[in-house]
Amino acid sequence: MTDQKLIQTVDVKKIYGMGEISVAALDGVSITIEEGEFVAVMGPSGSGKSTLMNILGCLDRPSEGRYVLDGVDVSEMNRTQLAGIRNRRIGFIFQSYNLLPRTSALKNVMVPLLYSRDHEYSAEEQMERARQVLAAVGLADRLDHQPQELSGGQQQRVAIARALVNDPVLVLADEPTGNLDSQSGEEIMELLHELHRDGRTIVMVTHDPEIAAHTQRTIHLLDGRVEKQVHNGKQPGQKKEKKVQA
Amino acid sequence: MNLKELLRLAWESISNNKMRSLLTMLGIIIGVASVIIMVSISAGTEASIEEQITGLGSNLVYITSGFGRMSPGGMGSSGDGLVYDDAYAIAEQINGVVAVVVEQSTSETVKANGVTLDQVTIVGSTADLPTVRDMQIAEGRYFTQEEVDRAQKIAVLGYTMAEELFGDTDPIGQTVTVGTTKLAVIGVFEERGMVSGVDFDSQIYTPISIIFKNLSPSAFARFMGDSVRMIYVEVESPDVMEKAIEQIALLLAKRHEVSLDEANFTVTTQQDIIETQEAATAAFRNLLGWVAGVSLIVGGIGIMNIMLVSVTERTREIGIRQSVGATPDDIRWQFLTEAVLLSLAGGLVGVLTGVVGSWVFGILSDMRTVILSTSILLAFTSAAVVGIFFGFYPANKAAQLDPIEALRHE
Repeated sequence: MTDQKLIQTVDVKKIYGMGEISVAALDGVSITIEEGEFVAVMGPSGSGKSTLMNILGCLDRPSEGRYVLDGVDVSEMNRTQLAGIRNRRIGFIFQSYNLLPRTSALKNVMVPLLYSRDHEYSAEEQMERARQVLAAVGLADRLDHQPQELSGGQQQRVAIARALVNDPVLVLADEPTGNLDSQSGEEIMELLHELHRDGRTIVMVTHDPEIAAHTQRTIHLLDGRVEKQVHNGKQPGQKKEKKVQA
Repeated sequence: MNLKELLRLAWESISNNKMRSLLTMLGIIIGVASVIIMVSISAGTEASIEEQITGLGSNLVYITSGFGRMSPGGMGSSGDGLVYDDAYAIAEQINGVVAVVVEQSTSETVKANGVTLDQVTIVGSTADLPTVRDMQIAEGRYFTQEEVDRAQKIAVLGYTMAEELFGDTDPIGQTVTVGTTKLAVIGVFEERGMVSGVDFDSQIYTPISIIFKNLSPSAFARFMGDSVRMIYVEVESPDVMEKAIEQIALLLAKRHEVSLDEANFTVTTQQDIIETQEAATAAFRNLLGWVAGVSLIVGGIGIMNIMLVSVTERTREIGIRQSVGATPDDIRWQFLTEAVLLSLAGGLVGVLTGVVGSWVFGILSDMRTVILSTSILLAFTSAAVVGIFFGFYPANKAAQLDPIEALRHE
């Protein structure tokens, strides 16, 4: 494993149920994602992409196999340790934004900082940091607005700001444009591409081949296995297809 | 997450659901307030009992006749009960005795100044009564031993009795007709109030010899001779009390020609009475404590109930917090803080309600209330403990939520 490999999963399985009626949502997934990559995950429903995202996001642990994130094996960590990893290294962007209701954009963005353990931010530092990231996603003038006072696109920007506030090594986006009209969706995608250009590693689940095509690589899942990985047009000359044996 | 942040979160959640939080706190408020009010009532009762008993005079020994009007078994001979002469014998023969008072009372119709009162208690006694019972003369004087011996037809009125019979007129020198006997009023006692259920102020005091000679209600009583209901003996100091009791018992047993085991009288001290009363009030207080404790527990269950609802309602919020890095402990503390804050706020309002309630209760009712700082502390601490105890289960439930499930929750 070289330094560039941010994500490495080795034969990751997630099995629900026990004995004969057990179902493998993931049935041996081995993928590698380099630092700075923009990767799309596609697949029909039931293919295991949500399960994979949950494991990559340390919301869940694999039943079998290993998951090494940024040089740390997180497959055997307990819930508290995983929470720490989520807090420091991962930023989530959800389809339904998942902002705290009745809470201002600024406060929403500050939430991850409240749970920060290795660095105790003062209240002023927290606010300053949240202001900066909100300004970076173009919401400098919406700091005190509550989610219900913002459009869908604006809410998703707040969520992106929240994902970035702790400066994570990995940004996970689960159908980030799924709830948005095409105009806002394009704006959000533009924002994600911007983040990518700044060097962020992004893994995004999407249904839209058009959107997937604009990333560097698409991982196709089927029945809990990696069906194929496609290198997209974002890096011309690397447009080759290869089948991966699961 | 630091304490300030936890408190802010808890406060936000509580104030977002004001009505619900208030109703939840109501259980704790009532619990804490009832602890304080009930303890203040029993402490007040205790204080007034103690005051009353010490008000009866100090270093007292009470000798009660085992033979009462109510026990027909003793009717056979006049020697069965306490008699007037027993008191003299005690005064003469027992060391350390300061004063001896005998008392025999009867009930008569009293007329004076155009007013007629039925069923007035006429207390026949001796010269030392005011000393032994710690009563003060407001006007005029009390009678002397000489007047008792000569059976002077005189009376001293209780405070209320004087008011009822004479109103604004000066009663001294007036005449009251007790039954058929005319007595000259020579004095009025100061207000004394109720002592052990007896209203000293509505009685008429007269030499005991008057009771024997003029007022004894029946031929039977005449036949009984100078029998008395009670003898009070005041001794020099608590040190000689034990010895005096022993000697009095021996003396009376000898005079009555009975053995100590079958004595027809009982000798008790103030201490005995205090102890009996204390046992009674302790039982009373324990009962009140249990009642109040139960209401605190009910309040705690209310908190647990609402916290469980709150956890369910906020499952998605919990999931969001978990996804951005809240640990199980963070979530647990968040809900525990909310439960404890709810019960502490309830406790605080309860303390205020309890203190004001005790005060109002003391004013509106005859019962005296004494607010004890320990009861405030106890009630407040129990509220906190209840909050932690009943908050723990919902908080733990929240902490153990699976982040994926929680995020999926609508």
